[in-house]
Parts: sequence; C-alpha cells; structure tokens
Amino acid sequence: MSTINQATNTNASDKAEFSDADALDFWQLMKPRVMSLVVFTALVGMVIAPGTIHPFVGAVALLCIALGGGASGALNMWYDADIDAIMTRTKNRPIPAGRISAGEALGFGSILAFGSVSMLGVLVSWPAAALLAFTIFFYVVIYTMWLKRTTPQNIVIGGAAGAFPPMIGWAAVTGTVTIESIVLFLIVFMWTPPHFWALALVKSEDYRKAGVPMLPVSAGHDETRKQILLYSLIFVPICLLPLLLGFAGYAYAAIAGAGGIAFLWLALNVYRIREGEAADRASWRLFGYSIFYLFAIFATLLVEHLVALPLFTGVDMTALINGAGL
Amino acid sequence: MSDPNNEELELVELTPAQQKRRRNRNIAIAVTLGVLVVIFYAVTMLKIGANIVNRAM
Repeated sequence: MSTINQATNTNASDKAEFSDADALDFWQLMKPRVMSLVVFTALVGMVIAPGTIHPFVGAVALLCIALGGGASGALNMWYDADIDAIMTRTKNRPIPAGRISAGEALGFGSILAFGSVSMLGVLVSWPAAALLAFTIFFYVVIYTMWLKRTTPQNIVIGGAAGAFPPMIGWAAVTGTVTIESIVLFLIVFMWTPPHFWALALVKSEDYRKAGVPMLPVSAGHDETRKQILLYSLIFVPICLLPLLLGFAGYAYAAIAGAGGIAFLWLALNVYRIREGEAADRASWRLFGYSIFYLFAIFATLLVEHLVALPLFTGVDMTALINGAGL
Repeated sequence: MSDPNNEELELVELTPAQQKRRRNRNIAIAVTLGVLVVIFYAVTMLKIGANIVNRAM
C-alpha cells in the first residue's frame, strides 16, 4: 500500500503528513477518566430532575455531554502540550509522547465540540446545549488559555467547568436552571479546590518546572494546607444542602454527614502533618478520598431517586422567597 | 526547468504498524458514523413518529 508524497524532498518533516495515531490515542485525548465523572454527575442531574425524559433521548443527552467533556479534554491537551511534556504526570499524553500531532488534536476537539453541542440542541434541549457550549468555552478559554498559567486561583474559578455537567443533565430534562441544580453545581465547584490542591501539594515540583502558578508553587505549602482546610469547611456543609432543599433522604444524610466528617478529618491531617513522607501520604489520602466521597454522595442521590426512598421535606423555597418579600 | 507534470511521483510505503493504525482509525470513524445514523433515526422516530402515525388524513 502506498501513498502519494506531496513534498518533493524526503526528510523528517514528511512524517508529519501521516498520522501515527491509533484510535485509542484519540480516546485518551478525551480524558476518559474525567469524562466518566462528567457522565456520572450529569446522569444524577437527569435522574433527580423533576419531569421525564425518554430513556433513549436521555442516553443521547449523556453521550453528547460525554463528547462535550471529551472535546474540552482534547482542546486542553492541544493548548497545554508544552507544559504536559514537562510534567511527569502528563508527559505520556498523546501529543507530548508524539503519537498525535497538535493539529490533529485541535481538529478532533473542535469537531467534537461543535458536534456534541449541535447534537444535544437538535435532539434533546437547546438550554442544555447552551450550557454545554458555555462549559466547553469556560474550560478551554477561561481556564486553560487564561487562568491556568496566570493565577493561583486557576482551579478555584476553573473548577466551574467541571461543576456544570449535573446542571446540564438537569436542564436536559427540565429545560431550566433551578436552585436544586445550582446546589449540585456548588457541590462539585467547592469540591474541586481541596481535591486538586491535595494533588498539587505532592506534584508541586512538576508544576513549578512547568511554570504553572498552582497555589503550592505561588503561595507555598503551608498556605495551601490552610486553604484546603478552609475550603473543606465550606464544602462539607454545602453537601448537606440537598437535605435542606428536600431532594435528598436519610441515606444521603448518613453518607454525606459521616463521609463529610471523614473528609474534614483528612483535610485536618493535611493541615497538621507537614513534613516527610507522612505529609505526602496525607495529601494522597485526601486526594483519593475526595474522589470516593463525591462519587458516594452523587451515587446516593441517584439510588434514592431511582428506588424512590423517602426524602426530607425540605424548605419551601417559594414560601421562603415570598416571606422575604423578594 | 522541468515540467512538474512529468515528474515521477514519489511514493512512501506505510509500515505495517502504520497501516494497522490507519485501519483502526477508519473502523472507529465508520462505527461512529453508523452510530450517528442510528441515533438520529431513532430520536426522529421518537419525537415525531407518533405525529406522523396520528396525522389527519
């Protein structure tokens, strides 16, 4: 099998004309682990939203949200290929490893972004599609291109991108944004800083070499430990808001409550233990547990609604707003 | 100057590994297109199928 070589001279640059990428490399470009969390939280948003959606249309909505997340990942890898090549955690990604060219990643990500938003709009819901488009824009332009390399608050603000999926799932069913979907957003939004800073504490040397001003690099480890604890103190009570608003039940109260105490305990350990391998272990524990905790509370919400467990009565928001004269 | 149209085209042989990867990419594209056809057909039927069946004659 042969292919016409358009260049007249044969040299190393000719190689660029042939993609060396396997289909699996494009799959990796979509950050499948991040995508799985996006799909899961979006699914929870869809299931607990009031109203109904045909299961097949719901599955299409999830597929579109997953592809939108994949587009964000691919465009992020395209833009960040230079710093990915420096950091040990990311140097084996498809672009720095040389398996996919930057141009291929840009094309792939752009097509996915356009395709996923259009498909979600045409087949499911335009409000959900608008939210998905904004999420991709926020992750790629606001976080990746702007905040990531300029401010230690990068993942605090950028974390919004990862928090939108449950809101998109909710909007796919209801066509609206409500206080409940904002609470789901807030849970993931406030979870992001302690989660990523726990990782950044261990990988701070990587970030320093790459010139990314993560909090441990720009403000130091002690300040990061303090911020992790402060954000955890805000995050755990926010996880209890679904009880207050009446879209969570007793199982959620037990898991979010007990799990939240464990979260605070691990955050406190990160704050207290500052030297040697024990400090790294404390950070890894919080990082790993934070993933488990987020999964556990969303899974509990999902199960409670799927098997119709009794929910807390919650606060009547309409009465509250009317009573406040708003 | 030589006529570029008469220049012999230089051909590059793909290695077996490159051929295999290209085949994998092609299969992935084909599967994706097939899935899209099924999805658009099925959702169209779900959304407007009932209206077509129940239309005024």
